[in-house]
Amino acid sequence: MADTRPVPARPVLEAPDIARVLTRIAHEIVERAKGADDVVLLGIPTRGVFLARRLADRLADITGRTVPVGSLDITMYRDDLRLGPARALARTDIPGDGVDGRLVVLVDDVLFSGRTIRAALDALGDIGRPRAVQLAVLVDRGHRELPIRADYVGKNLPTSLRETVKVLVAENDGRDAVLLGTRDGAPADGPAGG
Amino acid sequence: MKRHLISAADLTRDDAVLVLDTAEEMARVADRPIKKLPTLRGRTVVNLFYEDSTRTRISFEAAAKRLSADVINFSAKGSSVSKGESLKDTALTLEAMGADAVVIRHPSSGAPHRLATSGWIKGSVVNAGDGTHEHPTQALLDAFTVRRHLAGAADGGPVPHGAPAGDGTGRDLAGRRITIVGDVLHSRVARSNVLLLNTLGAHVTLVAPPTLVPIGVESWPCEVSYDLDAVLPGSDAVMMLRVQRERMNAAFFPTEREYARRYGLDAARMAALPEHAIVMHPGPMNRGMEITAEVADSERCTAVEQVANGVSIRMAVLYLQLGGALPADSPAAAAGAPTPARTEESE
Amino acid sequence: MTMSKTLIRGARILGGQPQDVLIDGTAIAAVGTGLPADGATVVEADGLIALPGLVDLHTHLREPGREDAETVLTGTRAAARGGFTAVHAMANTFPVADTAGVVEQVWRLGRESGYCDVQPVGAVTVGLEGRQLAEIGAMAESAAAVRVFSDDGKCVDDAVIMRRALEYVKAFDGVVAQHAQEPRLTEGAQMNEGTVSGELGLTGWPAVAEESIIARDVLLAAHVGSRVHICHLSTAGSVEIVRWAKSKGWNVTAEVTPHHLLLTDELVRSYDPVYKVNPPLRTEADVTALREALADGTIDIVATDHAPHPHEDKDCEWARAAMGMVGLETALSVVQHTMVDTGLLDWAGVADRMSHRPAAIGRLAGHGRPVSAGEPANLVLVDPDYRGTVDPAGFASRSRNSPYAGRELPGRVVATFLRGKATVLDGKLT
Repeated sequence: MADTRPVPARPVLEAPDIARVLTRIAHEIVERAKGADDVVLLGIPTRGVFLARRLADRLADITGRTVPVGSLDITMYRDDLRLGPARALARTDIPGDGVDGRLVVLVDDVLFSGRTIRAALDALGDIGRPRAVQLAVLVDRGHRELPIRADYVGKNLPTSLRETVKVLVAENDGRDAVLLGTRDGAPADGPAGG
Repeated sequence: MKRHLISAADLTRDDAVLVLDTAEEMARVADRPIKKLPTLRGRTVVNLFYEDSTRTRISFEAAAKRLSADVINFSAKGSSVSKGESLKDTALTLEAMGADAVVIRHPSSGAPHRLATSGWIKGSVVNAGDGTHEHPTQALLDAFTVRRHLAGAADGGPVPHGAPAGDGTGRDLAGRRITIVGDVLHSRVARSNVLLLNTLGAHVTLVAPPTLVPIGVESWPCEVSYDLDAVLPGSDAVMMLRVQRERMNAAFFPTEREYARRYGLDAARMAALPEHAIVMHPGPMNRGMEITAEVADSERCTAVEQVANGVSIRMAVLYLQLGGALPADSPAAAAGAPTPARTEESE
Repeated sequence: MTMSKTLIRGARILGGQPQDVLIDGTAIAAVGTGLPADGATVVEADGLIALPGLVDLHTHLREPGREDAETVLTGTRAAARGGFTAVHAMANTFPVADTAGVVEQVWRLGRESGYCDVQPVGAVTVGLEGRQLAEIGAMAESAAAVRVFSDDGKCVDDAVIMRRALEYVKAFDGVVAQHAQEPRLTEGAQMNEGTVSGELGLTGWPAVAEESIIARDVLLAAHVGSRVHICHLSTAGSVEIVRWAKSKGWNVTAEVTPHHLLLTDELVRSYDPVYKVNPPLRTEADVTALREALADGTIDIVATDHAPHPHEDKDCEWARAAMGMVGLETALSVVQHTMVDTGLLDWAGVADRMSHRPAAIGRLAGHGRPVSAGEPANLVLVDPDYRGTVDPAGFASRSRNSPYAGRELPGRVVATFLRGKATVLDGKLT
């Protein structure tokens, strides 16, 4: 997507770090889900989808079984739709066996205000009734505005509101990285979305 | 996208692809246990229908309701309109009731344009068919149907007849050859389709008796032929327009029989189409007139599917117009433009 | 009226060198340079053009019947502001001006208004219905002395009725002014038939619907040896037919409206009914042909077809809207813009097309005369250098349906004199 903000300069995670934390999260999922035999991974577009696919690959390596993976677009459940122009939708792709009675692990790149995850829970509720829902994120940068926490966190990254966190994934951005930058001239008010 | 959808010409190629792509997502909602989205909660959509058109009205109504909008149906019959209330006063009434969008069907060409530009209302205006002018959502659903069939395979090519619907997300209709047959003169569907299909890169050919071709058609972005049989072998899709039997009385053609013989689609003519070609009809069909029952009921005929696609398209249009503070930017327009503040986790 | 004197100082008569014009009472007493004021009211006319008072052969004053749109009083005030000293009031009122009683009523209302002479046009057929000839003779012999007969708004489409009318008016040197519109070809028609109508999905109004009637009527007029006048000619093809008829020496005259000299059907793309008019706005090629024809005399005159309508009849969807535009107060500006400023016509030509010839066609005594001593003092002073934006709110007409609203047009009527009395002075009604 277009991003006119200055590219943040300071990488806090590089490709090998990201690979390592994804592997760790995969092991944690297997451990907590007791074998992960009913896990469905749903990535939140755009970058959450790629992270979910990578997690699915790792879970398959660990368990020897294929783990269903899909995407869950939350655009039409957002609470900030009227703050800007109507947004283009991303793909919602639920694996064939659905989510009923299963453990859904939502996967996103950055956890910030928690509003995206609130929207994702609403969207999920319209699709089916999972046994339980968990959340995996690559980075938790704090500043929650809703009572939401992640079950699996790649890196806790304390930030100020003036800072920006940008996740790059090779599939979409050509390389893997988590970049910490400064919002150029933006007022340090609360997070607008997320 | 523009705030109003009056003409298919209001849509750029990127706008049109955005609507089709959005409709593709909306179509998936229809497969879910809960066929409803909360997106337009608190928004009010008025269906202002000056002509009886149950099909179009319920399609818009279903679309608005699936997006959780409040729907008010305002039909000219039995209302103040039939007592002589002007369009202006009706519009002012709807404005006072807080209409966020007005879906208007009107027998006079240009009435939606007038509603949108007169300053009578602030909401979005969606043209649901005006006189013999345009019917842009019909053209969009037709294009959507064409794309799913002719550009829906993984390689961008046609999907076999009878196979599940394809998905042409992101694609236009470049190079597809679409033939529109029938009463072009009186057809808002034909006007909107010529404009939209051309915008999407398709080659359009109109086939009609010369009496039913509008003066000035030379300036339209399409070919014109009087000979259906010559055009069929080179058509990827053939769209049969409804021909009203009353036209016969105004000497547009001599008899129904002669019309059907020269311009109707029967099994023999359908066999002249390429293997992958589809047969479309905006409905309601005059079986035996422009299309035989055998063709209408064949697996190549998409008439029923077009109805279903109509709901998805109208959901997409309503979402893109009302889903934000402003209508959606098409991807090309958005690229390079400053995006509103978003947090990185949503990107 | 007192026998007042007015000295117009330094006016360019028909665009010529500055001269003084002395008005004494109702007539022009002298024209020359350095005329003494000698107690007369002086009107400084430096830089102004003096023309004979304009004559409109085609005005809808709406009274009786549609006083919500216009009255004889408001219409003649609008005419005076536009530089007119005489207008022909069309017959399509309620009741229709198809009897001596109605035409005399309109004629009297005009006399009472004092702003402009009103010469009624009589209907050709009873109720404009095209079936039975109206009492043309009675109207001709009435106090109104009607000489122009027209079913304007409707076409006298029956060839036999048209033939009889053409023959009948010969008895008193009358003329039939035909609204040329073949009715079957224009059923439900909304705008010029062409590229734009095809795109807009509005029912087309083909040029041939006008041209076929004109062709028939010039042949009929030739056949019976009468004179026919073509109202609001609007197509290049019509020009060709009239040119051909004139080349035969037939007694055919034709008018063009200011709006057909300037506006085209492209404006209909707005679906704004202010552009809805009968005959419809045509194409750029037609506009060009009409200007050339007016310049070379094929088209004899400019006539406004001033057609006032109340706001509600235009503030609606296109198909429901009434047809017509007001034009009296903008006619001269449009003619200056399209004909004078383009070099197609000089001011003498404007006087010919907007005063002399319309008066001659209408057999209207006392109007359309030269600006010279002994002639009736019907005059208009025009400032050709003025540039202004048309604001219908300032119109004297009761209606505001002007297609020029917001448009910049040149020229301004500074003063109008009707038989020596100023009806407009300093651009304002007196």
